[in-house]
Amino acid sequence: MSYITKSPWLVHYDGSSCNGCDIEVLACLTPLYDVERFGIVNTGNPKHADIFLVTGGVNTQNYPVVKQIYEQIPDPKVVIAVGTCACSGGVFHDCYNMLGGMDKAIPVDVYVPGCAARPESIIDGVVKGLAVLEEKQKAMAIPVREKQALREKELEPGVAVNKSQEAGK
Amino acid sequence: MSDMVCNIVSGIVYLILAPVIGGLLAGIDRKISARMQRRVGPPITQPFYDFFKLWDKQPVAVNKAQRFYIRGFLLFAILSGFFFFAHGDLLLVIFTLTIASVCFVIAAYASNSPYSQVGAERELAQTMAYEPMMLLVALGFYLHCGTFDAKAIVQSPAMNFIYMPGIFIGLCYILLIKFRKSPFDLSMSHEVHQELIQGALTEISGPTLAMIELAHWYENVLLLGFVYLFFAWAPIWTPVVGIAMCALTYFSDIVVDNCCSRMKWEHMLSSAWVVTLVAGFANVAFLMYMR
Repeated sequence: MSYITKSPWLVHYDGSSCNGCDIEVLACLTPLYDVERFGIVNTGNPKHADIFLVTGGVNTQNYPVVKQIYEQIPDPKVVIAVGTCACSGGVFHDCYNMLGGMDKAIPVDVYVPGCAARPESIIDGVVKGLAVLEEKQKAMAIPVREKQALREKELEPGVAVNKSQEAGK
Repeated sequence: MSDMVCNIVSGIVYLILAPVIGGLLAGIDRKISARMQRRVGPPITQPFYDFFKLWDKQPVAVNKAQRFYIRGFLLFAILSGFFFFAHGDLLLVIFTLTIASVCFVIAAYASNSPYSQVGAERELAQTMAYEPMMLLVALGFYLHCGTFDAKAIVQSPAMNFIYMPGIFIGLCYILLIKFRKSPFDLSMSHEVHQELIQGALTEISGPTLAMIELAHWYENVLLLGFVYLFFAWAPIWTPVVGIAMCALTYFSDIVVDNCCSRMKWEHMLSSAWVVTLVAGFANVAFLMYMR
């Protein structure tokens, strides 16, 4: 088993939801659910994160924000859409400014439905995300010589995104 | 000759064991903190999982220079510990440790991120806060034992702590800064997410971040070594006292970490200097009088 499944750090972004899912995500950190026992840390920093936990739908205003956070996360990474809004846009779906669910902006790996999603189902979603994460890391394990060439080229974030999108699809 | 071989062997033992001990200490820290908050907490080996995970992540750097300085940070942190455990000169150890922290500050300044810049400034303020006390520790040992040599200090005829309680209190105070515990956890905290993301660490990720973790493990073991110097003297059984006091110091730092909210940097600087002046200088004056 790779170490990434034992120490998934997540960054949480709340799009345009009612904040209900946001609060349920924070509830996961409390003594009752305590996700840290799985090594999960809620970092506020996308550059340290492995999992992008996103609640709420994507609209014209937060579209570039979501994109940027996603691009700042180093590979391998997984996106988990938490709540009905993040899955499909939810009750906000037909608003004039809405683009829809999070998959309209970035590739989503795991969908956690619910309004609001229960902490148990969020944790379940993260565990499902771990399997994807492990697979992505295996795909990343390219020959050493090739890796060295990439390191020397200083992989730009944009290139990295395209690569992982291919790997994810 | 055999003395020198002995010194080098103990230095190498430090190089091998320090990351293991440092990592376990970090794991115990997280477990105890979790239990204090009535949580289960991660396994004790969690810091090692984190380390290996970070090592496998994609290397991303905003500025390549960052990597160079972080390697310098790691190198000098290891080197200062090696000097200490190879029974070198205390002054050399302290100055090498200072170079390590300078490397860390420059690495934080290497990117243009405002979070990183503010973190670097705070790290500088922290260095200003603890550095005078570190020098007083070395000075105190010199006044009491007549040498900066770590080997001679642990061979002194009586417990050093009896003559230098003030200096020990000062050291404990700045250890909170060096261990990056809560009241002084200004530059790279997990608790300043809201205001500063992760300060000096914001722009550092993947393998480079893993190197910082490793350097901290080495650094923490070295700092506990300083605590050990206060409580070990000539008899053979005294290392037990020394190690027990190291454990107690570390545990009390965890307790303080969980009880305190974060201070402003002005308060940190002034309070650290007040403690240095009152406890440190009073003790140094006493030691000079004793001579």
